[in-house]
Amino acid sequence: MGEIVEVRFHGRGGQGVWTASLLLAQAGLREKKYVQSFPAFGPERSGAPVTAYTRMSERPIRIHSGIYNPDVVVVVDPTLLTPEVAEGAKPESKLVANTTLRGREVRGRVKAEGLETWILDASSMAMKILGRPITNTAMLGALIRAVELVKLETLLEVAGERFTGRLKEQNLQLIRAAYEEVVRE
Amino acid sequence: MSVDKPSWRELPPGAIPYLSSAEYETGDWGVSNPSIDLSRCTRCTLCHFYCPEGAIRMGEDGYPHVDLRYCKGCGVCAEECPVKCIRMVAKA
Amino acid sequence: MKVPEKQILMGLNGDEAAAYAVKQVNPDVVAAYPITPQTIIVERFSEYVADGLVDTEFISVESEHSALSCCVGAAAAGGRAFTATAANGLALMWEITYIASALRLPIVMAVANRALSAPINIHNDHSDAMGARDSGWIQIWCENSQEVYDACIEAWRMGEHPDVQLPVMVNLDGFTLSHTLENVLTLPDEVVQEFVGERNFMRVRGHMGEAEFRLDPERPLTIGPLDLPDFYYEHKLHQVEALKAALKAIPTVDEEYWEVSGRKYELIHPYRLEDAEIALIGLGSTMGTVMHVVDELREEGVKAGALKLRIFRPFPEEALKEALRGIPAIGVLDRAISFGAPGGPLYMEVKTILYEEDDRPIVVNYIHGLGGRDTPPDLIRSIYKNLDQARVRGRAEERVVYAGVRG
Repeated sequence: MGEIVEVRFHGRGGQGVWTASLLLAQAGLREKKYVQSFPAFGPERSGAPVTAYTRMSERPIRIHSGIYNPDVVVVVDPTLLTPEVAEGAKPESKLVANTTLRGREVRGRVKAEGLETWILDASSMAMKILGRPITNTAMLGALIRAVELVKLETLLEVAGERFTGRLKEQNLQLIRAAYEEVVRE
Repeated sequence: MSVDKPSWRELPPGAIPYLSSAEYETGDWGVSNPSIDLSRCTRCTLCHFYCPEGAIRMGEDGYPHVDLRYCKGCGVCAEECPVKCIRMVAKA
Repeated sequence: MKVPEKQILMGLNGDEAAAYAVKQVNPDVVAAYPITPQTIIVERFSEYVADGLVDTEFISVESEHSALSCCVGAAAAGGRAFTATAANGLALMWEITYIASALRLPIVMAVANRALSAPINIHNDHSDAMGARDSGWIQIWCENSQEVYDACIEAWRMGEHPDVQLPVMVNLDGFTLSHTLENVLTLPDEVVQEFVGERNFMRVRGHMGEAEFRLDPERPLTIGPLDLPDFYYEHKLHQVEALKAALKAIPTVDEEYWEVSGRKYELIHPYRLEDAEIALIGLGSTMGTVMHVVDELREEGVKAGALKLRIFRPFPEEALKEALRGIPAIGVLDRAISFGAPGGPLYMEVKTILYEEDDRPIVVNYIHGLGGRDTPPDLIRSIYKNLDQARVRGRAEERVVYAGVRG
């Protein structure tokens, strides 16, 4: 990976994809890294496939253009596993997917045989813990297990500030569980 | 009429006009001036408020007085006076 | 990253950085109308008002024309006034932009730069601010959220400088900056308060004698009424002088800000120009990407350089000439079109100032990024390549290149 790590999140409008990229950036910031977080610019489109991006680096980030060759792709919604999510991926890029499929099947769907694949059935996990299929925080837990962009404690700290009450406890539990259960396959 | 006007350096900044309306005497405009028959005036003050130039002031005597330095001779006062005690008189 | 003592590292997007800086300045009046991609500025600031974190009178207006008109009134009455807008909003303000500057009112306005309709497009380019370039405002252009934060503090001092007294526009690229969270080092409230201090007023000779230039019933002033042809022209010369003075005043404010923040800003920011054979000049966030590419090209042995123009109005003519002297080929990035003109707005001005140089360089105009079209490193590399070809050939194949458009 280069000096700047570039992460692309795929989900649907309303699933908290931008929030995921923001939380990741905030966690990086907490560790005094240089960060950028931005959505796919444009109007809000509930239910439509959307992307959000995070850049992270130990050195100042001057670049201000889109991300075309992500180091990591995170797919928050299981129905989005199409070749589009692997677009621009490099041979060494990683894919972290919310899916019930096996790693091999995921690579088949996205038509990227060489991609290092991490899988987690985050939807079921979120249903069990949150009671809703909102998987953005779970996938952050999975992501930082696949690539240690920030420490788990830092992510929990930042996520803990984002939510309050029962939702906070549930999300922290979800992040921990996802971190534990995601597997490389 | 050529009058020496100041250079831009001498003018105050901020789009402040060179002279205020108090310094622009417009009494030489128009061909007539109002003449008020004070014996019929009811001191209603309408002429004072209607005058577009503020050239009619209510005096301490309670009656309107025309400041001819500013009167443009428009005749609004004569038109609006409810008792018709203002008459426009041609300038000599 | 290292966080200087007493400063706080925050994650803010450009809009939030603007709102946060203005919150710390605590102006008397904010009048604004929300428009994408400026909306977050207004939203955040109205939250500060609702939470009682500022003393500001927040005026929700029915249009941008009213927003700037309110600021004119507030600033004329002696207050500090802030507004923010973008694109069509700035276009609707157009009439009042000229009034604000001619009345010498140091209003601060953030513009989240966005393309003008039609077709409707909410994304970034510089058409909006370029349309206001002749209106007599100081224009600061920001590369990142940190610069937005710093500019929204410095702007007050630049505009209120005794020799200047002009409104200031802080430009931040729509979405690319307005909606991108980045590291922002912020100063403590009291440091910002101390830096901006109290508003300065001009002393003027009014009809009731000498007075501070503000509307005060005790010292009445008439400002901005009818001028006939015998005075209007003279009054315009005041604005010419004020912008000339700004060119001298801005570096003194930058110097002071450097002392309190440790961040040093200049009129222009040359980057690896010393021995450059090809250089790109431009505004805003793209210049970050350009400098990123310069580093890559330098590693490949290409003598590339860049120059970020931070202050576009007043145009830093002498500093630019000095920085560009000896570079054989210069490319000017314009994120706007001046329809029917010989080139983009920045190009025409850069070329104009180089006309009297003994050794005139090749100057090529690269239009790019209209309506939010991304300007990635690959495109910038191709622009440098095109410029280098012009350098080798001794002339440009095309004077104006529409980079990144489908041919």
